[in-house]
Amino acid sequence: MFYFILNRLAQALLVMAVVSAISFSLFNFVGDPVNNMVGQDATREQRIEIRQQLGLDDPILVQYQRFMLNVAQGDFGLSYRIKQPVSQLILERLPATLELVFASAIIAVFIGIVLGVFTGIRRYSWVSKIIMSVSLIGVSLPTFIIGIGLIYLFAVYLRWLPSSGRAGVIEVGGWKTSLLTVDGWRSIILPAITLSLFQLTMILRLVRAEMLEVMRSDYIKFARARGLANRAIHFGHALRNTLVPVITIIGLNIGGLIAYSVITETVFQWPGTGLMFIQAVDFVDVPIMAAYLIFVALLFVVINLIVDILYFVVDPRIRRGGS
Amino acid sequence: MNFCKLAKLSSVALIVATAANAENVLRWTSQGDALTMDPHSQNESPTIAFNGQIYEALVARDIEMNLVPELAESWTASPDGWTFKLRKGVTFHDGADFTAEDVVFSFNRALEESSDYKEQVKTVSKVEVIDDYTIKLVTDGANPILPNTLTNVYIMDSGWAKANGVEKPQDFAAEEETFSVRNSNGTGPFMLMSRAPEELSVLERNPNWWGDSMFPGNVDRIEYRPIKNAATRVAALLSGEVDFVLDAPLQDLKRIEATDGLTTKTVAQVRSIFFGMDQGVDELRSSNIKGKNPFRDIRVREAFNLAVDKDAIQRVVMDGLSFPTGIITPPGVLGNTPELDKQYGFDLDKAKSLMAEAGYADGFEIQLDCPNNRYNNDEKICQAAVAMLAKIGVKVNLDAIPKAQHFPKIQKRISDFYMLGWGVSTLDSHYVFTYLFHGEGSWNGIGYNNPRVNEITRLIETETDIPKRTALIDEAWQIIKKEMPYLPIHHQVLGWSMKDNVDVPIAADDHLRPRFIVFK
Repeated sequence: MFYFILNRLAQALLVMAVVSAISFSLFNFVGDPVNNMVGQDATREQRIEIRQQLGLDDPILVQYQRFMLNVAQGDFGLSYRIKQPVSQLILERLPATLELVFASAIIAVFIGIVLGVFTGIRRYSWVSKIIMSVSLIGVSLPTFIIGIGLIYLFAVYLRWLPSSGRAGVIEVGGWKTSLLTVDGWRSIILPAITLSLFQLTMILRLVRAEMLEVMRSDYIKFARARGLANRAIHFGHALRNTLVPVITIIGLNIGGLIAYSVITETVFQWPGTGLMFIQAVDFVDVPIMAAYLIFVALLFVVINLIVDILYFVVDPRIRRGGS
Repeated sequence: MNFCKLAKLSSVALIVATAANAENVLRWTSQGDALTMDPHSQNESPTIAFNGQIYEALVARDIEMNLVPELAESWTASPDGWTFKLRKGVTFHDGADFTAEDVVFSFNRALEESSDYKEQVKTVSKVEVIDDYTIKLVTDGANPILPNTLTNVYIMDSGWAKANGVEKPQDFAAEEETFSVRNSNGTGPFMLMSRAPEELSVLERNPNWWGDSMFPGNVDRIEYRPIKNAATRVAALLSGEVDFVLDAPLQDLKRIEATDGLTTKTVAQVRSIFFGMDQGVDELRSSNIKGKNPFRDIRVREAFNLAVDKDAIQRVVMDGLSFPTGIITPPGVLGNTPELDKQYGFDLDKAKSLMAEAGYADGFEIQLDCPNNRYNNDEKICQAAVAMLAKIGVKVNLDAIPKAQHFPKIQKRISDFYMLGWGVSTLDSHYVFTYLFHGEGSWNGIGYNNPRVNEITRLIETETDIPKRTALIDEAWQIIKKEMPYLPIHHQVLGWSMKDNVDVPIAADDHLRPRFIVFK
């Protein structure tokens, strides 16, 4: 077990190093930060001086090495754009993103499973057909169109919910939360739905397919033959057996939700890490971009590690190979 | 930011929400938040505008862009500098008195290596204190336009800066953020109560402001919430969540105007859009013409100017919201005259024959570099120009890219043909000549180098005889108008949107001036 985790950790470090190296080499193509850092009146000499101060003219490998040395000491540098420490900025923004992801994961899982079971059992009902057609929207429409559409419907036309921003923030034990106030809930509903829609659709379709599969299996037939109630068959036997792949997918997709919250956060001006990343890209704020990409890589690596460990616990075949 | 402060912030936000009905609260939004609260650290328009509500300069511009007294009550020129009489009885937000010492400190701070305002104050060699309320900015020789360049040089309290260790603006290589990035202490009409960058900044009226009875504004509190996405910004106005949007997309203005309870205002912005044609190199990098540079031939430059139909761009691309022009400096700037402002006109036949005369009857190939996230409809303007130039046989390959990649091309002088916009913060042609036309100008990406224009650029820096100076400016513009080094397109239009119960006077520099905002 110990050797297995150590092995995985070593692989994870390698992945992180590769991701950071690739992302770092990409920064060369994003543009020149200096132009954004000084006013249009700045002279050529002043621009050159800043480039030298920041070491932007050094070969990319030298820049990367310097960056990694600082990171190893826990120093991600200062944002070029707003001149605040990057690690502090990410920590300040993280609660907003995590809460948004949490809310949309709940929506996706709960509604996805309920609708999936329903459409799996009543596959020929017209309600199921409507649900399946509407769910196509979830997979095919781009996030920003869904977001803008929801804003115009619920904020502009009906005026039920705020159009953007994160309101009602209070602090509990060092964590800035908006989940404990009515204002906070009102402001998280639209972005959470927007972000969840794709995952919701996927879970719905997955559960439905699994349900259809399971309902045909022998043990369901036997259960029916035993005269069990439909309710017990559907939820006690069928659903439980569909959940194994669903849980795997959900686990893997949480990382995706965090990484892809970028667009949702931009549309709704949700002050999380995704919005920060987009603003950094516009400005060529290299320290923030680098730190964010490393953070996302870390997230995926950690989640995968946890999934691997869970497999290790669940599946005895892996255990035998590992030790 | 520490967490106690965050808690305070959020409780302020709650109080703000409940108090909203009691007072005149201006809730507004725009795309980009101020980058820093430090007044000398970032020479960037939204930052200047935001800090201008908290900090003040010696002189300022009113809504019509006239130079008016702010912290200085009057000023006089002498051959070796300018003397400013300072306003008495002014206090900073923390209660400290405003005196000559603060002006000296602030100018020295703006001259620091890490300041982004060095260019504005570089002609000031020394700040002399004559008495507590009189200072003299000593310059190397006369400088007739010095006050024009000082409107964004904000005055800080020397005592506050020293107590908080912010005697210098933060430099880029710094390890930690400085106090002045998030805190401020100015003399202005509004005080910063709370700030969560990119989320919410709350300002409250300064009850001790010197100008309280002199300006019509009756705003008690300002809540600023940046919204990056344009459609969301407009939605926030349509849903009534904000009272004012600084930068709604131009194509949405009609729709906003047609909505009950909302109104829009437009004004010609102090920014001109144009194309640069590199005539400085021997051979264009992206052209199929080798061994010579077609742009060196004035007939080619004229043909380009005549082939681009600025009226069509105004009508089709800009939806009427632009002012076609023949000069890279808008009305309101010293040097612009109606006659110079007139565009070169659109004459396809003449353009074709000029191309033929120059030996390019079959045209040539060239790349046009264009930003796609900087100016109003920038990419669409370039696309229109591509189609128009095709009619005189020029095959233009368009490269429309984000500004962060576009501007370095001009800076590094590797673009043959590019779009650029130029704002004139001093409202004087010198600012245009010295950057765009002088042989050594840092934004002269076309290699234009006319000895007389260079000479005039330097002469008007010290010429104090106003009629003579204006004549020199006009002479330079006449030369430029004739030589056509650039291809001017239009002056941009600004569009502000607001609820109709609040009067927000629009200003050509796109800066919000809350001291003039009146709730009806």
